[in-house]
Amino acid sequence: MSPLRLLGVALVLLAASGCSRLEPWVKPYERENIADPIMAWDGNPIASSYMQHMYESREGARGASGASGGGCGCN
Amino acid sequence: MQLIRRIALLFLLPLTALAGVLPDDRADLMYHSYDGGGVTIDGPSLLVRKKFAEKYAVSASYYVDMVSSASIDVITTASPYDEERTQYGAGFEYLRGKVTYAATFSNSSENDYNADTASVSISQDMFGDLTTVALYFTRGWDDVTRRGDATFADTVDRRLYGVTVSQVATKNLILGLSFETITEEGFLNNPYRQVRFVDPDAALGYAYEAERYPRTRTGNALALRARWYLPYRAALQADYRFYSDTWDINASTAEVAYTHPLDDEWTFDVHYRFYTQNTAEFYSDLFPREDFQNFLARDKELAAMQSHSLGFGVAYEFKPARFEFLGKAAINLKYDRIRFEYDDFRDLRTAGVAPGTEPLYQFDADVIRLLFSGWF
Amino acid sequence: MNGIRRLPVVALLAAFVAFAWPAVATDGSPPAPEFKLANRAGGEVSLSGLKGQIVMINFWASWCGPCRQEFPALDQIYRKYKPMGFTIVAINVESEKADAERFLGKTPVSFPILFDPDNKVSSNYGVSAMPTTFLVDRQGKLRWQHRAYKPGDEAKYIEQIRAMLREKS
Repeated sequence: MSPLRLLGVALVLLAASGCSRLEPWVKPYERENIADPIMAWDGNPIASSYMQHMYESREGARGASGASGGGCGCN
Repeated sequence: MQLIRRIALLFLLPLTALAGVLPDDRADLMYHSYDGGGVTIDGPSLLVRKKFAEKYAVSASYYVDMVSSASIDVITTASPYDEERTQYGAGFEYLRGKVTYAATFSNSSENDYNADTASVSISQDMFGDLTTVALYFTRGWDDVTRRGDATFADTVDRRLYGVTVSQVATKNLILGLSFETITEEGFLNNPYRQVRFVDPDAALGYAYEAERYPRTRTGNALALRARWYLPYRAALQADYRFYSDTWDINASTAEVAYTHPLDDEWTFDVHYRFYTQNTAEFYSDLFPREDFQNFLARDKELAAMQSHSLGFGVAYEFKPARFEFLGKAAINLKYDRIRFEYDDFRDLRTAGVAPGTEPLYQFDADVIRLLFSGWF
Repeated sequence: MNGIRRLPVVALLAAFVAFAWPAVATDGSPPAPEFKLANRAGGEVSLSGLKGQIVMINFWASWCGPCRQEFPALDQIYRKYKPMGFTIVAINVESEKADAERFLGKTPVSFPILFDPDNKVSSNYGVSAMPTTFLVDRQGKLRWQHRAYKPGDEAKYIEQIRAMLREKS
């Protein structure tokens, strides 16, 4: 595994494990700002995937351009 | 002329953004336009998604690139051409508790390139919905042919593994981390493109031969991002991505973006993006002689380069009077101006200079997106 | 080498346990924490003042999609069961009233709306999802907790309300 790959996996494990003993420090009823539509990582997937495609056609680097999560945390 | 092969990532279904809730039904129709470096590409893009019983969602997409190319490679080694690329996609999502399972498939075709892409993903909200983790895998199968040469056919196999983590850090800050690794095997270059080498006997002082690429390439990308809620109701985002691959390309991307809403109807945004990369291991603008080494490339995409982008966007949201079934609609206009600068790719349109002393190439591009969205 | 390679995948999959959000019955039921909050219609409402009725406490916010979705169903339940000694108090958890007022202007409901802007009551009730609905019996005991809302959940609310209505006071 390349070092970069190993780092990636390690960070994911860190995020996914060992969190059950901590209490969520932002309560569900405190997510007003996080739930605001302007805080969405990607409000227009059709436009951002086009830009990603446009850059990847002209630059050597690819990948890791998107994100998901945040939001209202409901349900 | 081949177009983009990395469409694996183009229509990867947007993963669930709200914890335990599928995104709202919406339809987007976008007109996209790129004009730069002698190339114009424009066309429509359509994306529709609909959910059922708050558990399932389906989506469909249609995208066309209408290309008119007189790029620097084309005008120095070939002649301008027109071409069209069409892409169809479909996706399915299933939400169970806090986990969303998704699968997408897309096909892209043009007269000398056909690409099929399939991807699957799992996304879960955890830890009081503060953390969202998504894992995804994309597989691509490309068929490459060459116009005017019925004997040429080859393939590309692509595998992409990715993970993204999104973390609510405070009441006003979300952090994100993405990691992707992409491996490609097969015919990774362009059957029309050529490299040049010093040839004292040639009229121009240099001559051309076909490019030769390795048949594998593996790249890793790691991105960090942060988005802040500003107290007067605005958002500021910063992104950084590092990329490294087996062709010795290392690249950094940095971007800042600011979003400012006005009332409930207007939203303005502005962003700046900077990109820099170094040269691929087997790239050269001018090789010293013919058949100089095993692998030869003169694709400016593999050159040492930077790009600077400045972009603006304005959006207007409204309740449409005519279409009753739409709860909400929006019009979005986005414009980006991008400058591409190359440190070791030269502008061969300049005649009468010694080979290797032509001015370094650079060009500006205008990218426009006009988007109509409806939520139903 | 293969074992080590597989470890991250296994660890990740282990971390990905999908869990349901069931209704939790609080047997040996504790008393519902007392509160006194401002009423949108004026005045104040305290939980102790509602003793003798079956009370549904719904924690909601205008920015929460499922909360907004739930309101029409709650309104129906309120109208039907109010004559039988039932009430709903919908506690809004937003720090400012403007967005809630705007939502209620478009989606009016008949049950009382209370405001908990500093989230003291939300914290006392240990609200861990949006929306959260509690059912309190006539003796002021906390009987049921529903975290999250999906269309169809109101059937469970109705079942539990009817069961509590049948109980002796």
